[in-house]
Amino acid sequence: MNIAASSSFVLNRRHLLGIEGLSHAEIVGLLDLSEEFVSLNRQIEKKRTSLRGRTQINLFFESSTRTQSSFELAGKRLGADVMNMAVASSAIKKGETLIDTAITLNAMHPDILVMRHHASGAVELLSQKVDGSVINAGDGAHEHPTQALLDALTIRRNKGRIEGLIVAICGDILHSRVARSNIILLTTLGARVRLVAPSTLLPSGIERLGVEVTRDMREGLADADIVMMLRLQRERMNGSFVPSVQEYFAYFGLDARKLAYAKKDALVMHPGPMNRGVEIDSHVADGAQSLIREQVEMGVAVRMAVLEALSRNLPNA
Amino acid sequence: MLSDRRPILLANARIIDPSRDLDFAGDLLIAEGVIREGKRGIGAAGVPEGTEQIDCRGRIVAPGLIDMRAFVGEPGAEHRETLASASQAAAAGGVTTIVCQPDTNPPIDDPAIVDFILRRARDTAIVHVHPMAALTKGREGTEMTEIGLLKAAGAVAFTDGAKSVTNAQVMRRALTYARDFDALIVHHTEDPDLIGEGVMNDGELASRLGLSGVPKAAETIMLERDLRLVALTGGRYHAASITCAESIDVLKRAKDRGMAVTASASVNHLTLNENDIGPYRTFFKVAPPLRTNDDREALVEALASGLIDVVMSDHNPQDVETKRLPFAEAAPGAIGLETMLSASLRLVHDGRVDWTRLIDAMSARPAKLLGLPGGTLRPGAPADVIVIDPDIPWVLDPDELKSKCKNTPFDEARLQGRVIRTIVAGRTAYEYASA
Repeated sequence: MNIAASSSFVLNRRHLLGIEGLSHAEIVGLLDLSEEFVSLNRQIEKKRTSLRGRTQINLFFESSTRTQSSFELAGKRLGADVMNMAVASSAIKKGETLIDTAITLNAMHPDILVMRHHASGAVELLSQKVDGSVINAGDGAHEHPTQALLDALTIRRNKGRIEGLIVAICGDILHSRVARSNIILLTTLGARVRLVAPSTLLPSGIERLGVEVTRDMREGLADADIVMMLRLQRERMNGSFVPSVQEYFAYFGLDARKLAYAKKDALVMHPGPMNRGVEIDSHVADGAQSLIREQVEMGVAVRMAVLEALSRNLPNA
Repeated sequence: MLSDRRPILLANARIIDPSRDLDFAGDLLIAEGVIREGKRGIGAAGVPEGTEQIDCRGRIVAPGLIDMRAFVGEPGAEHRETLASASQAAAAGGVTTIVCQPDTNPPIDDPAIVDFILRRARDTAIVHVHPMAALTKGREGTEMTEIGLLKAAGAVAFTDGAKSVTNAQVMRRALTYARDFDALIVHHTEDPDLIGEGVMNDGELASRLGLSGVPKAAETIMLERDLRLVALTGGRYHAASITCAESIDVLKRAKDRGMAVTASASVNHLTLNENDIGPYRTFFKVAPPLRTNDDREALVEALASGLIDVVMSDHNPQDVETKRLPFAEAAPGAIGLETMLSASLRLVHDGRVDWTRLIDAMSARPAKLLGLPGGTLRPGAPADVIVIDPDIPWVLDPDELKSKCKNTPFDEARLQGRVIRTIVAGRTAYEYASA
């Protein structure tokens, strides 16, 4: 039953806290390993035993549907015992600090901790206090490495490459960990990354991350191979960062007209959950150029690859 | 130790007294709590019987330091720092006068609390303590405090501590009223609306770390506003903590016009920059935030030229509960009483600031601004004196810090030079063990 993976790639580090610091070879290694899991996930028999005996705890301080469920499925398909910590009803709500939670969980000897937190750097802080591997499932506006990996895998499978592609990332860059991880990953693999957003949603100094920045969708999408839309939180569209939903959609929402600025075979992505009619029109989201559903599928494969690659490096592996 | 008030002769020292612009080799005699005289060759013959003679060859004798900005925690947060523990830390850092901030609970906004601080300090502290009083009642920024009565009770200046007074009308009236009492207003210049959710300097690094930024304009706009109000009212004004090059330009314009405006910079902003935050190290989270290295360079230059008048520690004890948190959620603040001198000596060793100016910025200047008797080695002045070994290398071990909290950005830093003896009112309050 346990077919050994043909790729013997090992992520030679204890934690995956971000894309920053990963080498070109490490990213490609993870993507190649993910490909194997894409095939596996399409079979009836989806189980591996490479994480048998391992304990994986999913610690989500922010609610999440797709990331948490795909990490849970990924762990289970690799044979790990997976526990989801329901933070809303746990001690954290009773005032326990993150560090105390970490120490408590660590005493239960988890091999892998998957964590999401609303504060940038919180996952790194946790990683300093535990013995197992820590995977960042999103920390504040900092990084969301597995999202960037699944996006890259989706792009590579559809375009055959990443190097030389023009990728436009559009929307709320300021608050987006997805944008940061994608910028680092895509530029590392040689893509040209463009950011398109109103100036209030652009972090200062972002152009120093090796990207082109524009405030105009026509300019930003010109000749783009990939158009990646980002979610705009409801509380940010009432005049604090942009004046209204209507105005935002008019200038930055992706509809068929704006998509036509991009290459004919351009593909549309969105990390989800989508605000239909805010940053993306339903016709585009569900249209022939959309990769949004495929991104979700890749999510499970990529998370299996990350779990596997990190577990090969765990003690007694 | 405290009972020992024998005369002290600090012999063969390099004596630096910025209050009189003196820097000479000689001896300093202290007796009965005051400085008797400082000159070349007092020698053993010229001293009273029973004088403790200390050979200070290769060492520097200077006025005890006056730290113009220290947050202490008494009353209200004694678990973080008391006047007693802060004074121990101060003595170990060569600080003979602490100017504590009104950010206490209750705040120092009433003459009775000024009196409380002074009594507690008299009974428990081993260095001098002078409080700044709140500028507005409850530090709420709406109504001015009893500036006259507070000053009479012993408040040396008026400030809302780490809070800015956002209402320009309140600030205008306070400056106007304070002028009648010749009271100094010290102001933390950070516009809270522009700070927003910001937790570190705005820029590339904050963007990379996914942290909200505090633009320099938050400081510069408030400083500009204040200086317009000073021009309008003629009050005495001191900017509590200047951190960026733009603010220095603003300050310079005001000084060039001859306004009664002065400013401090913290030792943190003079020796550290935003890159030190690295992987979310909360001990480097301070308010205003650490800026770029270019800003730091500009501050150092402004200190050397005297444009920045005062160097202060910005001592702000925070414990594990407030610091061992994700960066955005951690409290700002760093302790500094014990490291202010040693850390700022980096600037002297690098040849950026000379000895006299540095000591001046931490003794004579604040004494003058606050109307305190110390900060000088003039005969007859209180015998607040420190002996510095300028070269001794040491590594900061947080366990050896006297402060109740260990939130120092100089944790395990390599430092060169330190205080080896601190004399407060003629008594030795601290002696470096391995000296």
